[in-house]
Amino acid sequence: MNSPAQPSALIKTEVLYTGLFVVGLLAPFAVYPTFLMKLFCFALFASAFNLLLGFAGLLSFGHAAFLGTAGYVCGLLVRDSGVSPEVGILAGTVSAGLLGWLFGILAIRRTGIYFAMITLALAQMVYFLVLQVPATGGEDGLQGVPRGHLFGFIDLSDNIAMYYLVYAVFSLGFFLIYRTIHSPFGQILKAIRENEPRAVSLGYDVAKFKLLAFVISASLAGLAGATKTLVFQLASLSDVHWHTSGEVVLMTLLGGLGTILGPAVGSATIVSLQNELADKVGSWVTVIMGAIFVACVLAFRRGIVGEIQALIQRAGIR
Amino acid sequence: MEIFGVPTALLGSQLLVGLINGSFYAVLSLGLAIIFGLLNIINFAHGAQYMMGAFIAWLALTKFEVNYWVALIAAPLLVGLLGVLLERTMLRKLYKLDHLYGLLLTFGLALIIEGIFRDQFGISGESYEVPEALSGGIHLGFMFLPLYRAWVVVASLTVCFGTWFMIEKTRLGAYLRAGTENPQIVQALGINVPLLITFTYGYGVALAAFAGVLAAPVFQVNPLMGSNLIIVVFAVVVIGGMGSILGSIVTGIGLGLVEGLTKVFYPEASAVVVFVIMVIVLLVRPAGLFGKA
Repeated sequence: MNSPAQPSALIKTEVLYTGLFVVGLLAPFAVYPTFLMKLFCFALFASAFNLLLGFAGLLSFGHAAFLGTAGYVCGLLVRDSGVSPEVGILAGTVSAGLLGWLFGILAIRRTGIYFAMITLALAQMVYFLVLQVPATGGEDGLQGVPRGHLFGFIDLSDNIAMYYLVYAVFSLGFFLIYRTIHSPFGQILKAIRENEPRAVSLGYDVAKFKLLAFVISASLAGLAGATKTLVFQLASLSDVHWHTSGEVVLMTLLGGLGTILGPAVGSATIVSLQNELADKVGSWVTVIMGAIFVACVLAFRRGIVGEIQALIQRAGIR
Repeated sequence: MEIFGVPTALLGSQLLVGLINGSFYAVLSLGLAIIFGLLNIINFAHGAQYMMGAFIAWLALTKFEVNYWVALIAAPLLVGLLGVLLERTMLRKLYKLDHLYGLLLTFGLALIIEGIFRDQFGISGESYEVPEALSGGIHLGFMFLPLYRAWVVVASLTVCFGTWFMIEKTRLGAYLRAGTENPQIVQALGINVPLLITFTYGYGVALAAFAGVLAAPVFQVNPLMGSNLIIVVFAVVVIGGMGSILGSIVTGIGLGLVEGLTKVFYPEASAVVVFVIMVIVLLVRPAGLFGKA
């Protein structure tokens, strides 16, 4: 990744992404669309999280706050103010971005472990606020959010139409993240992650870059959350709970920290696993998630995509 | 009698609740600070280990008729031993890596422990009788003081100051402080640093379990009791900074009291007041009240 990519490698990457894109277009005819929509929402969520941890080296343990807040804002606007779904999604994204900015200016005052603890505590504050404010429905969450008509004429209550909206949102978000990582801005983020003092001495305003990365990541997490609310017609308390913040860390870690496709692969794995296990093992799901966490940290730190990349590289050398 | 329009009995009882919560914050943040000092990791499993302490006490009483006083010693020992095991088999492998991996590993461990207890005991919670010697209370004139609650505060403070004494005034504590400053040099001077690290983690974890046993008769014994508490304790740690032992104790108790007062004057905010204070401290003094900049 550090050396300039060979032309042949670039073509291979393009082929890979085009292939994956086509698979995504055809997928709802082979797989249950609601499952796919959930998967893509979490894939975008995890990719947004990875932008922060994988490329800027900042571990946020409070990303559920952005997912959840955007979900509630979008749900309230669409259900109670009757705005159209695209405006709801946009408003959710913007509100998550604003919240991200607030979290960011506080959290970047500290680094490392403190950064993680601060984001966790701030997210817990959001959780309590959501629990207490009457408009959010407390324990019951926000129920009965209508999917409505996109741009006034596309009926989203049709699952296939909804799927293509989710897919478009995911592709857009993913492309944005891809562009961010491969921009000069993304290079500076990596420089900060690798050696912050050196980045400072080169004259970069490190705090500004970190804050911007945080806001972008929070907004995209919000984009995923707002879309998810429309899919399930529900914003629930579990979306703002710290368990969700932990889950997104797990998805990213399992898929491959700092790889581009890793978070999507990780969230696909975790979402499928949860779907499979939910009615079979009950509360053991938490134990299994914990065990995957421990296994990833102890023995599998490169994650699925990271391991595959390492394999390809080794094969390439030979 | 009233103070600021609030009956003193109400004020007194809420301050007592605050003092008790503060004692738990103090013991838990002290354990986190000691572990962080030497291992450089934040022990996310601290809440789960606190919960285990409470459950061991409850199980001991209901299944084996082992009384409170034995549990108060045995539960921290058991959980401490488990901690030693975890340190030897897992945490040890992470010291050369980014410190965030320690946080992630212990988060995973917390999920495992919590999940197992949830599967075994549900989430409804079990109640634990106050031990006979400490049931009842005293009338102080302006309020009723339940004996057990007074005991919780006294026991927590004793353990906190005992720990402080051990770290500041004994030879073992001197090794520990030196190890926190520079483990390589301490190792070179012939002190077994890996053993010291294992012992430190075990002790920090045992503190959490001790708080758990103390908490069993006050709160419901519940698989989720730890995870809800530990996030507040993280905020306490951010506010105090982990640089000083006395600092953690003072910050813990102080924040418990502030929380108690908030319950009297503005109950809606009592769940978030610690987080609000954290925000203010971050704005004014980012390193924490007792932290080194």
